[in-house]
Amino acid sequence: MIEILASPAFNTIQDLGRHGARRFGVSTSGAMDPVALAAGNALLGNDDNAAGIEIQTFPFRLRFQTDAVFALTGADHDSTLAAATVRPWWCMQAKAGEVLAITAPRRGARIYATFGGGIDVPRVLGSRSTHLRGGFGGLEGRTLQAGDVVPVGCSPHRSDGRFGFGVAPPDVAIAGAAPADDRVLRIRVLRAGEYDLFSEAMQAAFWSTTWKISAQSDRGGYRLTGGKLTLDAPVEMRSHGVVTGVVQVPPSGEPIIQMSDANTAGGYPKMAAVIQADLWRLGQAAPGSFIAFNEVSYQDAVAAMAPVNDYLAKLRATADLYRAL
Amino acid sequence: MSINQPNAPFVGTIEKSPKISLIGTLAMLVEAPGDFDLVQQGRIWAFADAVSTWPDVQEAVIGVTNVMLVFEQPPADIGMLSASIVELWHRVPSRKADGKLIEIPVVYGGELGFDLPAVADRAGLSARDVIRIHSEGEYTVCAVASSPGFGYLHGLDPRIYMPRKSVPSLNMRAGSVTIGGMQTGVAVLTSPNGWNAIGWASVAMFDPTSEQPSLMLPGDRVRFRIDRVEL
Repeated sequence: MIEILASPAFNTIQDLGRHGARRFGVSTSGAMDPVALAAGNALLGNDDNAAGIEIQTFPFRLRFQTDAVFALTGADHDSTLAAATVRPWWCMQAKAGEVLAITAPRRGARIYATFGGGIDVPRVLGSRSTHLRGGFGGLEGRTLQAGDVVPVGCSPHRSDGRFGFGVAPPDVAIAGAAPADDRVLRIRVLRAGEYDLFSEAMQAAFWSTTWKISAQSDRGGYRLTGGKLTLDAPVEMRSHGVVTGVVQVPPSGEPIIQMSDANTAGGYPKMAAVIQADLWRLGQAAPGSFIAFNEVSYQDAVAAMAPVNDYLAKLRATADLYRAL
Repeated sequence: MSINQPNAPFVGTIEKSPKISLIGTLAMLVEAPGDFDLVQQGRIWAFADAVSTWPDVQEAVIGVTNVMLVFEQPPADIGMLSASIVELWHRVPSRKADGKLIEIPVVYGGELGFDLPAVADRAGLSARDVIRIHSEGEYTVCAVASSPGFGYLHGLDPRIYMPRKSVPSLNMRAGSVTIGGMQTGVAVLTSPNGWNAIGWASVAMFDPTSEQPSLMLPGDRVRFRIDRVEL
């Protein structure tokens, strides 16, 4: 068990998402940076999909009520365990009573705390992810708060095994994943259904604009400012399914990228969709930061997942090997 | 059809084929051609039933005259997949609204049906007439989307159409019976809502712990019964 000592707002329990329930109107939820969550789990020998805590407001503090192993992944930051430094992308052993204090990231938006055995809240519709709007999943369907006691499962490994090692984060380990020097995050997209309804000038503006992620952005979606994309004639789309990463253009002309907690349906024209291999990078983009869109082909979008999958596979193999030494 | 790329594979020009477009590598939207009607919607239901059994299709998500396919893995050959979709579309017979009949008792008007006077005003009818017309209709669940268990209901009498509000009501109660444009529905979450509340129903629309979490499913029929009138 772990006890939450401080959690400002919007910190939730998440796994890799609730898949297969969109047809009941249930959005997927799930970690905004699924690579960081899966990596944290791999460090500990958990299933990739074990639930952890997604921390996006700080400072966050928790106390271990029992001996446990944990990992911190995601955004680059400083943390302490019983006042000693814990590095990001590192797994550690904690003794009962010790306090883990996590401070705001230097870079990136979200930190994932994973625990040996994963957070052991009940699965709802196949997932432990918190569905905030629906009020189910996670811990009673709500954000964490001070005083909460969160159950942790049994670690798949002996607690006297080797812990205390780390790995390179994916933006270092995967070629081309690092942020560009100009501090603009380049996000690869495919065109989506209504791209051709926009004039050539509007299409060009979409590609050339450096978009700012507005302060009105959250797990539901990123609102972008910096330009306006208008249609010559407005279109009324019938309500249809949407997925994480779809870039919609509402009548205001400022695009919205739907994220993990987006509604299952939308009706705005779709300009583009972020490729799967870049969703984790977008999940670490903080409000106020800048992004630009690059077009890729379908084949390149599919191929772009290989380095991500290789990274996770190598990480898991290395962690398993190290623990067995 | 379009597959979002200028040099997309050409699949054919069978008359009135669906529009097919990708949403990233893991989702594909299939939109029925033509106007919205229950025959086209019935084809969407039948198509969704059939296509959701295909390998790698994680889910077929029904919308209003469209269906989004969500894949486990990116399809290897988009052109071949699109051709199979077009072929299935032309082969599958339309499904009738043959689901269960759901009866929903409504407290019309009153504190939670606060938009009833505005709906009556716009329709040029009395509040009682609006209630009568709304409760005499039989509605079809076209799709379940947007919020957990929220059904898009078709079949509202045109006399009581009412545009959505430009400024949503901030905290509309779950269970509110609403009219939005040419549709009616029952709000499942207490949240901001741009539709017009004409009443309230004490019905569990969604239970996440149930194997079948949503009370309404596409193809179900809905009747609203007058439980009480508060004018």
